[in-house]
Amino acid sequence: MDFAFGEKEEEFRQEVRDFLSEVVTPEMVEERAGGKYYERGPHSKELMRKVGEKGWLALTWPKEYGGQGRPLGDRFIFAAEMLNYGVAAGGSGIAIVAPILMRHGTEEQKKEWLPKIARGEIEFSLGYTEPDAGTDLASLQTRAVRDGDDYIINGQKVYSTMAHQVGYHWLAARTNVDEPKKHKGISLFMVDLKSPGITIRPLKTIADELTTEVFYDNVRVPAKNRVGEENQGWYYIAEALDFERSLVVNIVNSERIVEGLIEYTKETKHKGRPLAEDPFVRQGLAQLWIEVNIKRLLGWRTAWLESQGIVPNVEAAVLKIFGHELDQRVAKTGMEILGLYAQLEPGSKWAPLKGIIEHLYRFAIHLSYGGGSHELMRTIIASRGMGLPRLH
Amino acid sequence: MDFNLSEEQEMLKTTARDFLEKECPKSLVRQMVGDERGYPPELWRKMADLGWLGLIFPEKYGGLGGSFLDLAVLQEEMGRACLPGPFFSAVILGGLFVLNAGSEEQKTSLLTKVANGELILTLALTEPSAGYDAASVEVEAISDNGDYVISGTKLFVPDAHIANYIICIARTKKGTAPEEGITAFLVDGKSPGISCTVLKTIAGDKLCEVVFDKVRVPKKNIVCKLDQAWSAVEKTLQQATVAKCAEMVGGAQQTVQMSADYLKERIVFGLPLGSFQVMHYYIGNMVVDVDSSRFLTYEAAWRLSEGLPCAINIAMAKAWTSNAYRRVTALGEQIFGGVGFIEDHDMPLYFRRAKAAEVTLGDASFQRELVARQLGL
Repeated sequence: MDFAFGEKEEEFRQEVRDFLSEVVTPEMVEERAGGKYYERGPHSKELMRKVGEKGWLALTWPKEYGGQGRPLGDRFIFAAEMLNYGVAAGGSGIAIVAPILMRHGTEEQKKEWLPKIARGEIEFSLGYTEPDAGTDLASLQTRAVRDGDDYIINGQKVYSTMAHQVGYHWLAARTNVDEPKKHKGISLFMVDLKSPGITIRPLKTIADELTTEVFYDNVRVPAKNRVGEENQGWYYIAEALDFERSLVVNIVNSERIVEGLIEYTKETKHKGRPLAEDPFVRQGLAQLWIEVNIKRLLGWRTAWLESQGIVPNVEAAVLKIFGHELDQRVAKTGMEILGLYAQLEPGSKWAPLKGIIEHLYRFAIHLSYGGGSHELMRTIIASRGMGLPRLH
Repeated sequence: MDFNLSEEQEMLKTTARDFLEKECPKSLVRQMVGDERGYPPELWRKMADLGWLGLIFPEKYGGLGGSFLDLAVLQEEMGRACLPGPFFSAVILGGLFVLNAGSEEQKTSLLTKVANGELILTLALTEPSAGYDAASVEVEAISDNGDYVISGTKLFVPDAHIANYIICIARTKKGTAPEEGITAFLVDGKSPGISCTVLKTIAGDKLCEVVFDKVRVPKKNIVCKLDQAWSAVEKTLQQATVAKCAEMVGGAQQTVQMSADYLKERIVFGLPLGSFQVMHYYIGNMVVDVDSSRFLTYEAAWRLSEGLPCAINIAMAKAWTSNAYRRVTALGEQIFGGVGFIEDHDMPLYFRRAKAAEVTLGDASFQRELVARQLGL
């Protein structure tokens, strides 16, 4: 066993730090620190373009598709360093659309779409979830019916994050209604969100961000925008989930937030004594620090498995459960430490730590179902990892 | 970075697992709870023959020169097998203390015999105040005519009833910082004035009350320097804590495995119990607890092996693993239901051991306070 990064990895990490020190501006950090984890303001968009120019959005893609051809483990280093700088870049186009295009797209599609995705010029919103199909995605009902060189699409998607801010929808729609096995009748499309017949309605979340509902009313999509074979989409979706396993918990930088809490309790006095002297505070923060380190180790494990050419599956489920439930615990303990101040939102006078704990408390609640419910993650561990029978 | 064991460690793991499955069946484990000694001497000899008793001692002291990672691998298998006996007290607490603090002569004479299986050592640190810190050491040793005379009560001393030598940590100077004035004495277990009572414990560990009534110890039996033994005690406790965590990881892993095997077979309402979602949820939680404990523990063992600073890593590992092992065995008991309540079943062995290990060498809140201090809180 060896828990240190190798020489090449350290070299790359330094390269990333040098780059980020140069391009990250206070405005980019501020934009994200204001509680925008998903929505992308102008400064974050600028960073995305710069990372794209550097070629690092497509860090580990093969060179033939405009990537850097770097080892898979480098993505992990890159994402971790971005998080340390308080910024993020990437998105569904990089993480989900491109890998499926590389494996199942036509040569023409690859040539047309991959370079633009790699440069950060076009971005995608995910069009998977529907009002009656979430974790049980195979139940989706949006219809795509072939009509000449087009498909005509009708239906409704929900929680399509950033659909109001990006150009394209990565749409899963039903192309075969006769097939009794529901997961065998789904196809994938790249849809221009400006197509006639599309209505995007923003939904405001409890965490002050916008997500959207996307309505399809007889929307024509060219058949050349279907990716892969007709009715095989569900398999591509499942396969794509395996691409980004090690990055799954890199949304909230819980380590940095706990460090912030530690500093806060050292500096803040209650009845004349630093909060940090209170045994409850000491125990709570020590516990969070331990768990932050567990998240780090579980992340390293999945990244290491990927670098060995192994697809982490059970291990990624363990990471997602631990990492995201930790984010929730950070918020819970943090709020308990802040007491009456806990209720102050970002932007409020007197808000401790700029309100990030209060915001995290609202934001983190979706992490234990978003991207696959944690009930399902536990079933993956139990069935694939420990060989338990399928759920009845 | 490498999350795999080395080839040699894999071999050690396989050998240990096969050996313990054959030589240490659960029937033996249960039998040893009621046994006066607490372990079968034949098994101890065989472990000596395998080199385990000297695994981490340098070759010049009759050992194999293994690393702490090697020790963690072996301890994990011992935890899986619920191995009874004085390995922890003789090799880890006693042996490592001598290795950390002893003179060349003490190391040569004592460690070679520990490795051979001829000598059982133990460490008498804790007292009725039940603390692992320096301030809790109150038993006094008073200089008298070139000897020292020890008086007082040591409590929770493992395997003192069979130890050839008890390393007694005593106070030789008062009125300074708690860490100052602590001395380690190598005390013959049969010295006049020693009385030993084996306590009845949750996991059947042979923990003893050892009363020192004016026990006379020659000055040459001081291990380490007069008044200055605390840092060696602290180092030994840290090493032992990592080893204890590895043992817990082994027990927790085996509990998950047993539970999953049972869930595949047990039928309720005409369906396998393992097809109920709540059981998937339990197993998911257990695996998360085992994996997290494993990596914290192995990172601490790795840092110890590499000579890197690791006080916070060890405290984190023990704080987390203590509670994780307890949670895992509690879910194991829930999954097995009634059969797990019966003493003949294996589940109670792990349930009992989880609690004993949790409180040994400092429970979660004790360790979290150490973490808090390391964080500058």
